[in-house]
Amino acid sequence: MPQNEYMDRWRKLHGRRLDHEERTRKKAAREGHKASEDAQKLTGLRAKLYQKKRHHEKIQMKKQIKAHEERNVKSSAPNEPSTTPLPQYLLDRSNPTNAKALSSAIKNKRAEKAAKFSVPLPKVRGIAEEEMFKVVKTGKKTAKKGWKRMITKPTFVGPDFTRRPVKYERFIRPMGLRYKKAHVTHPELGVTVNLPIISVKKNPQNPMYTQLGVLTKGTIIEVNVSDLGLVTAGGKVVWGRWAQITNNCENDGCVNAVLLV
Amino acid sequence: MATVLPPPSKRQRTDAADRARLQQNIEEVPKDAGSLRLQFYDETTGLPIGQGPVLVPVADATPRNLELLLNTLQGHDPSEYIPYRFTLPVPDKKTSETTTTAFPTNIYKTLISPGLISTEEVQNISAAPQAVFRVQAVSRCASSIPGHGEAILATQFSPRSSAKMVSGSGDNTARIWDCDTGTPIHTLKGHTSWVLAVSWSPDDSKIATGSMDNTVRLWDPKTGKQLGNPMKGHTKWVTSLAWEPYHTQQNGQPRMASASKDATVRVWSANQQTIELVLSGHKGSVSCVKWGGTGRIYTGSHDKTIKLWNDKDGTLVHTLNSHAHWVNHLALSTDFVIRTAFHDHTGKIPETKESKVSQAKDRFLKAATIQGEVVERLVSASDDFTMYLWDPSKGTKPVARMLGHQKQVNHVTFSPDGLLIASSGFDNHTKIWNARDGKFINTLRGHVAPVYQCAFSPDSRLLVTGSKDTTLKVWDMRTHKLSVDLPGHKDEVYAVDWSPDGQKVGSGGKDKAVRVWRH
Repeated sequence: MPQNEYMDRWRKLHGRRLDHEERTRKKAAREGHKASEDAQKLTGLRAKLYQKKRHHEKIQMKKQIKAHEERNVKSSAPNEPSTTPLPQYLLDRSNPTNAKALSSAIKNKRAEKAAKFSVPLPKVRGIAEEEMFKVVKTGKKTAKKGWKRMITKPTFVGPDFTRRPVKYERFIRPMGLRYKKAHVTHPELGVTVNLPIISVKKNPQNPMYTQLGVLTKGTIIEVNVSDLGLVTAGGKVVWGRWAQITNNCENDGCVNAVLLV
Repeated sequence: MATVLPPPSKRQRTDAADRARLQQNIEEVPKDAGSLRLQFYDETTGLPIGQGPVLVPVADATPRNLELLLNTLQGHDPSEYIPYRFTLPVPDKKTSETTTTAFPTNIYKTLISPGLISTEEVQNISAAPQAVFRVQAVSRCASSIPGHGEAILATQFSPRSSAKMVSGSGDNTARIWDCDTGTPIHTLKGHTSWVLAVSWSPDDSKIATGSMDNTVRLWDPKTGKQLGNPMKGHTKWVTSLAWEPYHTQQNGQPRMASASKDATVRVWSANQQTIELVLSGHKGSVSCVKWGGTGRIYTGSHDKTIKLWNDKDGTLVHTLNSHAHWVNHLALSTDFVIRTAFHDHTGKIPETKESKVSQAKDRFLKAATIQGEVVERLVSASDDFTMYLWDPSKGTKPVARMLGHQKQVNHVTFSPDGLLIASSGFDNHTKIWNARDGKFINTLRGHVAPVYQCAFSPDSRLLVTGSKDTTLKVWDMRTHKLSVDLPGHKDEVYAVDWSPDGQKVGSGGKDKAVRVWRH
């Protein structure tokens, strides 16, 4: 039996110490003092670990506070009607209109023909093959001929991908650099949503990179917007929508994109 | 050498194969299928028709034959045969609950051979009389008329015909449209904020509009000019309007009720434009007002209650408490006849004032009389996901509680023949209920966003729903299936109305264009 189960059993048989509540209260009350002492006294690796832990805690705390604040703002929603006209039956309801606004903004933009082919990032830095690929030199034959390449940039690999046998695998897409989701921003609304990537539509560097699913700055990806609940004019639910990557994913460790409208 | 016909082409061969397959599919009812024992019930009253069950051979049991049989049973004259809609309870195999389904064309194939019903039991068929005229399902957008500068919040057709429609919009105007040509007729300018409610008087002579600027205004639909001054009195915006039914109006002095967010309902004299009555008693925004044909005003409010008022002196008659949340909408079983007064499906308008009143009264009594009593039923939709069916003349207890919606119920309507209730809610579904006992009949699934409004066709055979998902959908009330899908709006559909003569459907929404749909 593991230790904790023994402890548990003992507790069930004999109960807690009589001063247990008081001790926990005091311990909790001293927690601040303990934290401050640790922050001042610890040195070396322990200090580093402690600071990291504390840093994460603080982030969580701030997020929570912010969430609470936002909730409070919503509850005291403006009594006066919004600027967009609403029918009588929707007037006193707080409607989440974001996703809806998204779809109508997209439709309005579609009407302008010229905007059809323009993208937020029209020009990108060229990436040489030397930067993109690393020559793999493992094993006797591979090293001798030098035909195997490792992709050094983040990639999107579809869910149904299975690796080929090692002998035939010319390009390796490292597991650690694969992404499934992107932070997609709507340019006009300024809302950002974390959405699953469906596919890579176009990598401006090289058509081969498109095939390989390389995610670099300026790449057009297709993202899954189904949970936003957009609807086409025909009443069908919109599923995929294109977005352009705006950051250097290999430096940042995340994919940020802007929705093409 | 004899001419040899060329071998059949591939198209000919596939056509022939198709034809052969189709011919195979025609199912014969076997001779020994026996007979069905049918007991007819009148859907309006729930009482049996005729003495005891009737024996009908299975092969002959089609809705058309049953119609003939029932008309003969009731001794109708052959020139006055009434079409009927037949439904029967069918037990569900999995849940062992019974569902009401339409009587199928081939009952042997659909119900008897799967073992759902047997020929040894008496089948209880309820027969609902249908309108003698038939409305065709709207299927195309006849015109999309731009003009409004902001979202359209309310629409209504003229009671006289489908030629004119009024729409209220967020651009502070209401507009009258000629729906035959798809052109604007008049712009009713005057309000200083959104027009939230529009209502055509039952005699087609006036239009009332209620607005966000707390006023009610009256307009002449012929000239598009405002009648008199803005009617001030409310301290918050006007949510709903209701005209006094034509047959209870005192000679030429129509009245109109307006409900407001300020928790009051004001009854105005339309000629003097003065406040006749102030119905105060609600503690929250009054979301809906209806004027019944039996001297009652019905109001539903956000304070969870429904109140009944006497329209003569404005005294409170009843308070109906049952809802646990806001009451969003009310509907009366006589809504349609009250709205259309003396305008019937023939399009003939009586000459004199007296004959107009008597025709309006006749139509009202015909629609409201069940077993010799004038019964005006009320159904209320609420934010507590339920609806209640009330019979206010029988007391303050509800007839039925209608459960099933999974989100707030936004809109509810009675069919013009008073046999069905349709309710649409934020759970994307529209549900159909029996208006006599409030029993659930079916759910109409298809919209992918909240359904805001629904409207029955005047013959009660079709229903149109407008939704946030930018489409209108037309549903068949016999099969409870989607009849026509009408995409075309570019944004949410806020308001939809079916014209009283059944020709057209008008809709408006956030995309600022009024659309007229027709067959």
